[in-house]
Amino acid sequence: MPDLGAYAVEVISAYAVSLALLAALVIFSVWRGKRVKRALEDAEARLRNG
Amino acid sequence: MASVWEFANPRKFMAVSDRALPWLFTLAGAALAIGLVWGFFFTPDDFRQGSTVKIIYLHVPSAMMAINAWIMMLLASLIWIVRRHHVSALAAKAAAPIGVTFTVIALATGAIWGQPMWGTWWAWDPRLTSFLILFLFYLGYMALWQAIEDPDTAADLTSVLCLVGSVFAVISRYALIFWNQGLHQGATLSLDKEENIADVFYFPLLVCIAGFVLLFIALVFYRTRTEIRARRLYAIGLKERMV
Amino acid sequence: MLALFTRDLRLAIRAGGGFGLALAFFLIVTALVPFGVGPDTGVLTRIAPGILWVGALLACLLSLDRIFALDYEDGSLDLLATAPIPLEAVVATKAAAHWVTTGLPLTLAAPLLGVLLNLAPGGYLWLTISLAAGTPALSIIGTFGAALTVGLKRGGLLLSLLVLPLYVPTLIFGAELTRRGAEGQAVETPLALIAGITLGAAALLPFAAAAALRVNLR
Repeated sequence: MPDLGAYAVEVISAYAVSLALLAALVIFSVWRGKRVKRALEDAEARLRNG
Repeated sequence: MASVWEFANPRKFMAVSDRALPWLFTLAGAALAIGLVWGFFFTPDDFRQGSTVKIIYLHVPSAMMAINAWIMMLLASLIWIVRRHHVSALAAKAAAPIGVTFTVIALATGAIWGQPMWGTWWAWDPRLTSFLILFLFYLGYMALWQAIEDPDTAADLTSVLCLVGSVFAVISRYALIFWNQGLHQGATLSLDKEENIADVFYFPLLVCIAGFVLLFIALVFYRTRTEIRARRLYAIGLKERMV
Repeated sequence: MLALFTRDLRLAIRAGGGFGLALAFFLIVTALVPFGVGPDTGVLTRIAPGILWVGALLACLLSLDRIFALDYEDGSLDLLATAPIPLEAVVATKAAAHWVTTGLPLTLAAPLLGVLLNLAPGGYLWLTISLAAGTPALSIIGTFGAALTVGLKRGGLLLSLLVLPLYVPTLIFGAELTRRGAEGQAVETPLALIAGITLGAAALLPFAAAAALRVNLR
Protein backbone atom coordinates (compact mmCIF):
# COMPACT_ATOMS: atom_id res chain seq x y z
CA MET A 1 0.00 0.00 0.00
CA PRO A 2 1.29 3.47 -0.79
CA ASP A 3 1.28 6.01 2.00
CA LEU A 4 -1.86 8.06 1.42
CA GLY A 5 -1.28 10.41 4.33
CA ALA A 6 -4.18 12.37 5.74
CA TYR A 7 -6.50 11.72 2.80
CA ALA A 8 -6.50 7.90 2.81
CA VAL A 9 -10.24 7.68 3.45
CA GLU A 10 -11.10 10.03 0.60
CA VAL A 11 -8.85 8.40 -1.97
CA ILE A 12 -9.83 4.85 -1.10
CA SER A 13 -13.54 5.63 -0.98
CA ALA A 14 -13.34 7.39 -4.37
CA TYR A 15 -11.74 4.28 -5.87
CA ALA A 16 -14.19 1.97 -4.10
CA VAL A 17 -17.28 3.90 -5.21
CA SER A 18 -16.09 4.16 -8.82
CA LEU A 19 -15.04 0.55 -9.16
CA ALA A 20 -18.27 -0.62 -7.54
CA LEU A 21 -20.33 1.44 -9.99
CA LEU A 22 -18.34 0.17 -12.97
CA ALA A 23 -18.67 -3.40 -11.75
CA ALA A 24 -22.40 -2.97 -11.24
CA LEU A 25 -22.76 -1.60 -14.78
CA VAL A 26 -20.83 -4.50 -16.31
CA ILE A 27 -22.59 -7.14 -14.23
CA PHE A 28 -26.03 -5.71 -14.99
CA SER A 29 -25.24 -5.48 -18.73
CA VAL A 30 -24.02 -9.08 -18.88
CA TRP A 31 -26.94 -10.34 -16.78
CA ARG A 32 -29.49 -8.67 -19.02
CA GLY A 33 -27.58 -9.71 -22.14
CA LYS A 34 -27.62 -13.38 -21.09
CA ARG A 35 -31.31 -13.26 -20.18
CA VAL A 36 -32.35 -11.65 -23.48
CA LYS A 37 -30.17 -14.06 -25.44
CA ARG A 38 -31.75 -17.08 -23.76
CA ALA A 39 -35.28 -15.71 -24.26
CA LEU A 40 -34.56 -15.09 -27.94
CA GLU A 41 -33.18 -18.61 -28.41
CA ASP A 42 -36.33 -20.02 -26.79
CA ALA A 43 -38.55 -17.92 -29.00
CA GLU A 44 -36.69 -18.90 -32.16
CA ALA A 45 -36.90 -22.56 -31.19
CA ARG A 46 -40.65 -22.18 -30.69
CA LEU A 47 -40.90 -20.51 -34.09
CA ARG A 48 -39.12 -23.41 -35.81
CA ASN A 49 -41.07 -26.15 -34.04
CA GLY A 50 -44.48 -24.54 -33.79
CA MET B 1 -11.88 -0.61 -46.98
CA ALA B 2 -15.33 -1.51 -45.84
CA SER B 3 -17.83 1.29 -45.50
CA VAL B 4 -18.94 2.17 -42.00
CA TRP B 5 -22.53 1.80 -43.16
CA GLU B 6 -22.09 -1.95 -43.39
CA PHE B 7 -22.51 -2.03 -39.64
CA ALA B 8 -26.01 -0.72 -40.19
CA ASN B 9 -26.93 -4.26 -41.16
CA PRO B 10 -27.77 -5.97 -37.84
CA ARG B 11 -26.45 -9.34 -39.06
CA LYS B 12 -23.15 -7.80 -40.07
CA PHE B 13 -22.98 -5.88 -36.81
CA MET B 14 -23.61 -9.04 -34.79
CA ALA B 15 -20.87 -10.93 -36.67
CA VAL B 16 -18.26 -8.18 -36.35
CA SER B 17 -19.03 -7.31 -32.74
CA ASP B 18 -18.95 -11.00 -31.82
CA ARG B 19 -15.35 -11.19 -33.03
CA ALA B 20 -14.31 -7.80 -31.65
CA LEU B 21 -15.84 -8.01 -28.18
CA PRO B 22 -13.37 -10.38 -26.46
CA TRP B 23 -10.52 -8.17 -27.67
CA LEU B 24 -12.25 -4.99 -26.61
CA PHE B 25 -13.07 -6.25 -23.12
CA THR B 26 -9.55 -7.61 -22.65
CA LEU B 27 -7.93 -4.38 -23.82
CA ALA B 28 -10.29 -2.24 -21.72
CA GLY B 29 -9.67 -4.34 -18.62
CA ALA B 30 -5.91 -4.30 -19.20
CA ALA B 31 -5.75 -0.53 -19.78
CA LEU B 32 -7.90 0.19 -16.75
CA ALA B 33 -5.92 -2.17 -14.56
CA ILE B 34 -2.56 -0.80 -15.68
CA GLY B 35 -3.66 2.83 -15.51
CA LEU B 36 -5.36 2.61 -12.14
CA VAL B 37 -2.65 0.49 -10.49
CA TRP B 38 0.01 2.79 -11.91
CA GLY B 39 -1.90 5.84 -10.72
CA PHE B 40 -2.79 4.45 -7.32
CA PHE B 41 0.48 2.81 -6.31
CA PHE B 42 3.28 4.35 -8.33
CA THR B 43 2.65 8.08 -8.62
CA PRO B 44 3.88 10.69 -6.15
CA ASP B 45 1.60 12.93 -4.14
CA ASP B 46 0.96 16.43 -5.34
CA PHE B 47 2.75 19.00 -3.18
CA ARG B 48 -0.46 20.92 -2.49
CA GLN B 49 -3.23 18.35 -2.84
CA GLY B 50 -1.42 15.44 -1.20
CA SER B 51 -2.65 11.99 -2.12
CA THR B 52 -6.09 13.24 -3.25
CA VAL B 53 -4.51 13.89 -6.64
CA LYS B 54 -4.86 10.13 -7.25
CA ILE B 55 -8.61 10.65 -7.66
CA ILE B 56 -7.86 12.35 -10.97
CA TYR B 57 -7.39 8.95 -12.63
CA LEU B 58 -11.09 8.26 -12.14
CA HIS B 59 -12.54 11.75 -12.15
CA VAL B 60 -11.20 13.13 -15.42
CA PRO B 61 -11.73 10.03 -17.63
CA SER B 62 -15.28 9.45 -16.36
CA ALA B 63 -16.20 13.11 -16.79
CA MET B 64 -14.80 13.11 -20.34
CA MET B 65 -16.65 9.96 -21.26
CA ALA B 66 -19.88 11.16 -19.66
CA ILE B 67 -19.93 14.03 -22.17
CA ASN B 68 -18.61 11.93 -25.06
CA ALA B 69 -21.30 9.31 -24.45
CA TRP B 70 -23.95 11.98 -24.90
CA ILE B 71 -22.25 13.20 -28.10
CA MET B 72 -22.18 9.63 -29.38
CA MET B 73 -25.90 9.32 -28.60
CA LEU B 74 -26.51 12.57 -30.46
CA LEU B 75 -24.66 11.29 -33.55
CA ALA B 76 -26.43 7.93 -33.40
CA SER B 77 -29.79 9.72 -33.09
CA LEU B 78 -28.97 11.87 -36.12
CA ILE B 79 -28.02 8.79 -38.13
CA TRP B 80 -31.30 7.15 -37.09
CA ILE B 81 -33.33 10.21 -38.11
CA VAL B 82 -31.57 10.64 -41.45
CA ARG B 83 -30.86 7.08 -42.54
CA ARG B 84 -33.21 4.96 -40.40
CA HIS B 85 -30.64 2.31 -39.42
CA HIS B 86 -31.99 0.35 -36.48
CA VAL B 87 -28.55 -0.48 -35.11
CA SER B 88 -27.89 3.23 -34.72
CA ALA B 89 -31.01 3.90 -32.66
CA LEU B 90 -30.35 0.85 -30.50
CA ALA B 91 -26.72 1.91 -29.97
CA ALA B 92 -27.96 5.25 -28.65
CA LYS B 93 -30.28 3.43 -26.28
CA ALA B 94 -27.46 1.13 -25.21
CA ALA B 95 -25.10 4.03 -24.49
CA ALA B 96 -27.37 5.98 -22.14
CA PRO B 97 -27.01 3.81 -19.00
CA ILE B 98 -23.23 3.78 -19.52
CA GLY B 99 -23.21 7.55 -19.81
CA VAL B 100 -25.28 7.97 -16.68
CA THR B 101 -22.94 5.67 -14.73
CA PHE B 102 -19.92 7.73 -15.83
CA THR B 103 -21.77 10.90 -14.84
CA VAL B 104 -22.43 9.51 -11.37
CA ILE B 105 -18.78 8.45 -11.04
CA ALA B 106 -17.63 11.93 -12.04
CA LEU B 107 -20.02 13.56 -9.57
CA ALA B 108 -19.18 11.14 -6.74
CA THR B 109 -15.40 11.33 -7.14
CA GLY B 110 -15.71 15.10 -7.52
CA ALA B 111 -17.64 15.37 -4.26
CA ILE B 112 -15.15 13.15 -2.43
CA TRP B 113 -12.30 15.21 -3.83
CA GLY B 114 -14.02 18.51 -3.13
CA GLN B 115 -14.55 17.75 0.55
CA PRO B 116 -10.86 17.96 1.61
CA MET B 117 -9.76 20.45 -1.07
CA TRP B 118 -12.55 23.02 -1.12
CA GLY B 119 -14.03 22.10 2.26
CA THR B 120 -17.38 21.20 0.75
CA TRP B 121 -18.95 18.19 -0.92
CA TRP B 122 -20.89 20.26 -3.35
CA ALA B 123 -20.72 23.79 -4.70
CA TRP B 124 -23.04 25.40 -7.22
CA ASP B 125 -20.18 25.83 -9.58
CA PRO B 126 -20.89 25.89 -13.34
CA ARG B 127 -18.97 22.70 -14.05
CA LEU B 128 -20.54 20.75 -11.21
CA THR B 129 -23.99 22.06 -11.96
CA SER B 130 -23.76 21.28 -15.66
CA PHE B 131 -22.96 17.69 -14.76
CA LEU B 132 -25.99 17.58 -12.52
CA ILE B 133 -28.09 18.83 -15.44
CA LEU B 134 -26.42 16.31 -17.76
CA PHE B 135 -27.47 13.65 -15.24
CA LEU B 136 -31.09 14.87 -15.43
CA PHE B 137 -30.96 14.79 -19.24
CA TYR B 138 -29.77 11.18 -19.14
CA LEU B 139 -32.58 10.28 -16.73
CA GLY B 140 -35.24 11.89 -18.92
CA TYR B 141 -33.85 10.22 -22.04
CA MET B 142 -33.83 6.79 -20.42
CA ALA B 143 -37.28 7.30 -18.90
CA LEU B 144 -38.70 8.15 -22.33
CA TRP B 145 -37.23 4.94 -23.78
CA GLN B 146 -38.76 3.00 -20.92
CA ALA B 147 -42.18 4.57 -21.25
CA ILE B 148 -42.86 3.82 -24.92
CA GLU B 149 -43.62 0.28 -25.93
CA ASP B 150 -43.20 0.38 -29.71
CA PRO B 151 -39.43 0.39 -30.42
CA ASP B 152 -39.59 2.52 -33.58
CA THR B 153 -41.78 5.18 -31.96
CA ALA B 154 -39.46 5.19 -28.95
CA ALA B 155 -36.41 5.54 -31.20
CA ASP B 156 -37.98 8.49 -33.06
CA LEU B 157 -39.11 10.36 -29.97
CA THR B 158 -35.90 9.82 -28.00
CA SER B 159 -33.88 10.98 -31.01
CA VAL B 160 -35.86 14.22 -31.17
CA LEU B 161 -35.42 14.64 -27.42
CA CYS B 162 -31.68 14.01 -27.76
CA LEU B 163 -31.35 16.70 -30.44
CA VAL B 164 -33.37 19.30 -28.55
CA GLY B 165 -31.69 18.31 -25.28
CA SER B 166 -28.24 18.80 -26.80
CA VAL B 167 -29.08 22.34 -27.87
CA PHE B 168 -30.44 23.15 -24.42
CA ALA B 169 -27.47 21.48 -22.73
CA VAL B 170 -25.12 23.85 -24.57
CA ILE B 171 -27.29 26.87 -23.71
CA SER B 172 -27.40 25.73 -20.07
CA ARG B 173 -23.63 25.49 -20.00
CA TYR B 174 -23.27 29.14 -21.00
CA ALA B 175 -26.16 30.19 -18.77
CA LEU B 176 -24.38 28.58 -15.81
CA ILE B 177 -21.11 30.34 -16.53
CA PHE B 178 -23.07 33.59 -16.64
CA TRP B 179 -24.86 32.63 -13.43
CA ASN B 180 -21.88 31.89 -11.26
CA GLN B 181 -18.14 32.12 -11.73
CA GLY B 182 -16.86 28.87 -10.40
CA LEU B 183 -14.64 27.22 -7.89
CA HIS B 184 -13.56 24.46 -10.26
CA GLN B 185 -10.22 24.78 -12.01
CA GLY B 186 -10.01 25.02 -15.78
CA ALA B 187 -9.49 22.13 -18.15
CA THR B 188 -6.89 19.62 -17.01
CA LEU B 189 -5.90 18.61 -20.51
CA SER B 190 -5.89 20.69 -23.61
CA LEU B 191 -3.90 20.61 -26.80
CA ASP B 192 -3.16 24.29 -27.13
CA LYS B 193 -1.87 24.85 -23.62
CA GLU B 194 1.83 24.87 -22.79
CA GLU B 195 1.37 23.90 -19.19
CA ASN B 196 -0.61 20.74 -18.66
CA ILE B 197 -0.24 18.68 -15.54
CA ALA B 198 3.19 17.20 -14.93
CA ASP B 199 4.29 14.10 -16.85
CA VAL B 200 4.29 11.80 -13.80
CA PHE B 201 0.54 12.31 -13.53
CA TYR B 202 -0.05 12.71 -17.25
CA PHE B 203 0.97 9.29 -18.58
CA PRO B 204 -1.03 7.11 -16.16
CA LEU B 205 -3.94 9.48 -16.76
CA LEU B 206 -3.69 8.87 -20.51
CA VAL B 207 -3.74 5.10 -19.93
CA CYS B 208 -6.83 5.50 -17.73
CA ILE B 209 -8.57 7.60 -20.36
CA ALA B 210 -7.80 4.94 -22.95
CA GLY B 211 -9.22 2.36 -20.56
CA PHE B 212 -12.45 4.29 -20.09
CA VAL B 213 -12.80 4.82 -23.86
CA LEU B 214 -12.26 1.13 -24.55
CA LEU B 215 -14.64 0.12 -21.77
CA PHE B 216 -17.27 2.45 -23.20
CA ILE B 217 -16.89 1.02 -26.71
CA ALA B 218 -16.93 -2.57 -25.45
CA LEU B 219 -20.03 -1.96 -23.33
CA VAL B 220 -21.83 -0.14 -26.14
CA PHE B 221 -21.11 -3.06 -28.47
CA TYR B 222 -22.25 -5.58 -25.91
CA ARG B 223 -25.39 -3.71 -24.92
CA THR B 224 -26.29 -2.97 -28.55
CA ARG B 225 -26.17 -6.72 -29.21
CA THR B 226 -28.57 -7.18 -26.32
CA GLU B 227 -30.89 -4.49 -27.70
CA ILE B 228 -30.83 -6.02 -31.19
CA ARG B 229 -31.83 -9.38 -29.68
CA ALA B 230 -34.49 -7.72 -27.52
CA ARG B 231 -35.94 -6.02 -30.58
CA ARG B 232 -36.03 -9.31 -32.49
CA LEU B 233 -37.69 -10.92 -29.49
CA TYR B 234 -40.31 -8.18 -29.53
CA ALA B 235 -40.94 -8.76 -33.25
CA ILE B 236 -41.35 -12.51 -32.72
CA GLY B 237 -43.73 -11.81 -29.84
CA LEU B 238 -45.86 -9.60 -32.07
CA LYS B 239 -45.95 -12.27 -34.77
CA GLU B 240 -46.96 -14.97 -32.29
CA ARG B 241 -49.77 -12.87 -30.92
CA MET B 242 -51.12 -12.20 -34.41
CA VAL B 243 -51.35 -15.87 -35.37
CA MET C 1 -55.27 29.27 -37.02
CA LEU C 2 -57.22 32.06 -35.42
CA ALA C 3 -60.22 29.75 -35.11
CA LEU C 4 -58.06 27.13 -33.40
CA PHE C 5 -56.64 29.77 -31.08
CA THR C 6 -60.03 31.08 -29.97
CA ARG C 7 -61.32 27.51 -29.64
CA ASP C 8 -58.48 26.57 -27.31
CA LEU C 9 -59.03 29.72 -25.29
CA ARG C 10 -62.73 29.06 -24.99
CA LEU C 11 -62.15 25.46 -23.93
CA ALA C 12 -59.65 26.54 -21.29
CA ILE C 13 -61.99 29.19 -19.89
CA ARG C 14 -65.00 26.92 -19.89
CA ALA C 15 -63.08 24.13 -18.16
CA GLY C 16 -62.18 26.73 -15.56
CA GLY C 17 -58.81 25.16 -14.84
CA GLY C 18 -56.77 27.31 -17.20
CA PHE C 19 -56.58 30.63 -15.43
CA GLY C 20 -57.62 29.62 -11.94
CA LEU C 21 -55.57 26.55 -11.15
CA ALA C 22 -52.19 27.87 -12.21
CA LEU C 23 -52.75 31.16 -10.39
CA ALA C 24 -53.92 29.44 -7.20
CA PHE C 25 -50.90 27.14 -7.35
CA PHE C 26 -48.58 30.11 -7.83
CA LEU C 27 -50.16 31.85 -4.82
CA ILE C 28 -49.82 28.76 -2.62
CA VAL C 29 -46.19 28.13 -3.53
CA THR C 30 -45.33 31.75 -2.84
CA ALA C 31 -47.21 31.69 0.46
CA LEU C 32 -45.53 28.46 1.56
CA VAL C 33 -42.00 29.79 1.17
CA PRO C 34 -42.08 32.18 4.17
CA PHE C 35 -43.39 29.31 6.29
CA GLY C 36 -40.34 27.35 5.24
CA VAL C 37 -37.60 29.97 5.54
CA GLY C 38 -39.08 32.17 8.28
CA PRO C 39 -40.64 35.63 8.19
CA ASP C 40 -37.38 37.64 8.14
CA THR C 41 -38.09 40.33 5.52
CA GLY C 42 -34.42 40.75 4.67
CA VAL C 43 -34.10 37.10 3.70
CA LEU C 44 -37.37 37.22 1.77
CA THR C 45 -36.26 40.29 -0.18
CA ARG C 46 -33.11 38.48 -1.19
CA ILE C 47 -34.77 35.28 -2.36
CA ALA C 48 -37.97 36.83 -3.79
CA PRO C 49 -36.85 36.95 -7.47
CA GLY C 50 -35.82 33.31 -7.46
CA ILE C 51 -38.90 32.10 -5.58
CA LEU C 52 -41.28 34.00 -7.84
CA TRP C 53 -39.59 32.60 -10.92
CA VAL C 54 -39.54 29.02 -9.64
CA GLY C 55 -43.19 29.37 -8.58
CA ALA C 56 -44.23 30.68 -11.99
CA LEU C 57 -42.29 27.88 -13.68
CA LEU C 58 -43.96 25.16 -11.61
CA ALA C 59 -47.39 26.72 -12.11
CA CYS C 60 -46.72 26.71 -15.86
CA LEU C 61 -45.80 23.03 -15.68
CA LEU C 62 -49.15 22.06 -14.15
CA SER C 63 -51.30 22.52 -17.22
CA LEU C 64 -48.81 21.29 -19.85
CA ASP C 65 -50.14 17.75 -20.16
CA ARG C 66 -53.54 19.09 -21.15
CA ILE C 67 -52.24 20.93 -24.22
CA PHE C 68 -52.70 17.91 -26.48
CA ALA C 69 -54.29 15.27 -24.23
CA LEU C 70 -57.95 16.19 -24.78
CA ASP C 71 -57.53 16.60 -28.53
CA TYR C 72 -55.65 13.31 -28.68
CA GLU C 73 -58.36 11.41 -26.83
CA ASP C 74 -61.32 12.64 -28.86
CA GLY C 75 -59.45 12.32 -32.15
CA SER C 76 -59.45 15.98 -33.12
CA LEU C 77 -55.66 15.94 -33.13
CA ASP C 78 -55.77 13.52 -36.07
CA LEU C 79 -58.05 15.95 -37.86
CA LEU C 80 -55.71 18.84 -37.09
CA ALA C 81 -52.78 16.83 -38.44
CA THR C 82 -54.56 16.34 -41.77
CA ALA C 83 -55.94 19.89 -41.85
CA PRO C 84 -54.67 22.32 -44.51
CA ILE C 85 -52.61 24.31 -42.00
CA PRO C 86 -49.19 22.78 -41.27
CA LEU C 87 -48.78 20.91 -38.00
CA GLU C 88 -45.99 23.30 -37.01
CA ALA C 89 -48.52 26.14 -37.06
CA VAL C 90 -50.95 24.07 -34.99
CA VAL C 91 -48.21 23.55 -32.41
CA ALA C 92 -47.32 27.26 -32.35
CA THR C 93 -50.99 28.17 -31.95
CA LYS C 94 -51.41 25.70 -29.11
CA ALA C 95 -48.35 27.12 -27.39
CA ALA C 96 -49.71 30.66 -27.80
CA ALA C 97 -53.07 29.64 -26.34
CA HIS C 98 -51.30 27.98 -23.41
CA TRP C 99 -49.32 31.16 -22.79
CA VAL C 100 -52.42 33.36 -22.84
CA THR C 101 -54.18 31.09 -20.33
CA THR C 102 -51.23 30.54 -17.96
CA GLY C 103 -48.13 32.64 -18.72
CA LEU C 104 -49.98 35.92 -19.10
CA PRO C 105 -52.05 35.64 -15.89
CA LEU C 106 -48.93 34.57 -14.00
CA THR C 107 -47.07 37.60 -15.32
CA LEU C 108 -49.85 39.93 -14.25
CA ALA C 109 -50.24 38.33 -10.82
CA ALA C 110 -46.53 38.15 -10.03
CA PRO C 111 -46.12 41.77 -8.80
CA LEU C 112 -48.91 41.22 -6.25
CA LEU C 113 -47.15 38.14 -4.95
CA GLY C 114 -43.93 40.14 -4.96
CA VAL C 115 -45.51 42.27 -2.22
CA LEU C 116 -45.99 39.15 -0.12
CA LEU C 117 -42.29 38.35 -0.41
CA ASN C 118 -41.20 41.93 0.20
CA LEU C 119 -39.58 42.30 -3.21
CA ALA C 120 -37.31 45.36 -3.50
CA PRO C 121 -39.15 48.38 -5.02
CA GLY C 122 -37.06 48.39 -8.20
CA GLY C 123 -37.86 44.75 -8.86
CA TYR C 124 -41.56 44.95 -9.73
CA LEU C 125 -41.08 46.39 -13.19
CA TRP C 126 -38.31 43.95 -14.08
CA LEU C 127 -40.14 41.01 -12.58
CA THR C 128 -43.06 41.72 -14.90
CA ILE C 129 -40.79 42.30 -17.88
CA SER C 130 -38.75 39.17 -17.24
CA LEU C 131 -41.87 37.02 -16.88
CA ALA C 132 -43.44 38.57 -19.96
CA ALA C 133 -40.26 37.82 -21.91
CA GLY C 134 -39.60 34.40 -20.39
CA THR C 135 -42.93 32.65 -19.92
CA PRO C 136 -43.55 32.30 -23.68
CA ALA C 137 -40.38 30.17 -23.79
CA LEU C 138 -41.77 28.05 -20.94
CA SER C 139 -45.00 27.49 -22.88
CA ILE C 140 -43.19 26.57 -26.10
CA ILE C 141 -40.72 24.21 -24.43
CA GLY C 142 -43.62 22.68 -22.52
CA THR C 143 -45.58 22.19 -25.73
CA PHE C 144 -42.63 20.26 -27.10
CA GLY C 145 -42.60 18.07 -23.98
CA ALA C 146 -46.36 17.56 -24.25
CA ALA C 147 -45.97 16.53 -27.91
CA LEU C 148 -43.35 13.93 -26.91
CA THR C 149 -45.53 12.34 -24.23
CA VAL C 150 -49.00 12.73 -25.76
CA GLY C 151 -49.55 9.04 -26.46
CA LEU C 152 -48.54 7.83 -23.01
CA LYS C 153 -51.00 6.84 -20.34
CA ARG C 154 -49.11 8.23 -17.38
CA GLY C 155 -47.25 10.94 -19.22
CA GLY C 156 -47.62 13.68 -16.60
CA LEU C 157 -44.69 12.78 -14.38
CA LEU C 158 -42.47 11.89 -17.32
CA LEU C 159 -43.38 15.23 -18.89
CA SER C 160 -42.07 17.07 -15.82
CA LEU C 161 -38.85 15.05 -15.88
CA LEU C 162 -38.30 15.86 -19.57
CA VAL C 163 -39.25 19.53 -19.43
CA LEU C 164 -37.66 20.74 -16.19
CA PRO C 165 -34.03 20.35 -17.33
CA LEU C 166 -34.94 22.27 -20.49
CA TYR C 167 -36.25 25.12 -18.31
CA VAL C 168 -32.88 25.73 -16.67
CA PRO C 169 -31.53 28.48 -18.96
CA THR C 170 -34.82 30.39 -18.97
CA LEU C 171 -35.01 30.23 -15.18
CA ILE C 172 -31.42 31.38 -14.75
CA PHE C 173 -31.76 34.41 -17.01
CA GLY C 174 -35.25 35.28 -15.75
CA ALA C 175 -34.33 35.22 -12.07
CA GLU C 176 -31.05 36.98 -12.77
CA LEU C 177 -32.84 39.72 -14.70
CA THR C 178 -35.27 40.25 -11.82
CA ARG C 179 -32.49 40.21 -9.23
CA ARG C 180 -30.42 42.76 -11.13
CA GLY C 181 -33.48 44.91 -11.63
CA ALA C 182 -34.30 44.74 -7.92
CA GLU C 183 -30.74 45.70 -6.97
CA GLY C 184 -30.56 48.44 -9.57
CA GLN C 185 -27.80 46.85 -11.66
CA ALA C 186 -27.47 46.74 -15.44
CA VAL C 187 -30.17 44.55 -16.95
CA GLU C 188 -29.38 44.60 -20.67
CA THR C 189 -27.46 41.33 -20.89
CA PRO C 190 -29.95 38.98 -19.17
CA LEU C 191 -32.83 40.74 -20.90
CA ALA C 192 -31.25 40.16 -24.30
CA LEU C 193 -30.44 36.55 -23.41
CA ILE C 194 -33.91 35.66 -22.15
CA ALA C 195 -35.51 37.31 -25.18
CA GLY C 196 -33.08 35.35 -27.34
CA ILE C 197 -34.14 32.08 -25.73
CA THR C 198 -37.82 32.88 -26.24
CA LEU C 199 -37.34 33.85 -29.87
CA GLY C 200 -35.07 30.91 -30.59
CA ALA C 201 -37.49 28.47 -28.97
CA ALA C 202 -40.41 30.01 -30.87
CA ALA C 203 -38.53 29.71 -34.14
CA LEU C 204 -37.22 26.15 -33.80
CA LEU C 205 -39.17 24.10 -31.28
CA PRO C 206 -42.49 24.00 -33.20
CA PHE C 207 -40.68 21.92 -35.83
CA ALA C 208 -39.38 19.46 -33.25
CA ALA C 209 -42.78 19.31 -31.54
CA ALA C 210 -44.58 18.75 -34.84
CA ALA C 211 -42.13 15.96 -35.70
CA ALA C 212 -42.84 14.31 -32.35
CA LEU C 213 -46.60 14.67 -32.87
CA ARG C 214 -46.39 13.03 -36.30
CA VAL C 215 -44.56 10.08 -34.76
CA ASN C 216 -47.17 9.78 -32.02
CA LEU C 217 -50.07 9.95 -34.47
CA ARG C 218 -48.59 7.29 -36.75
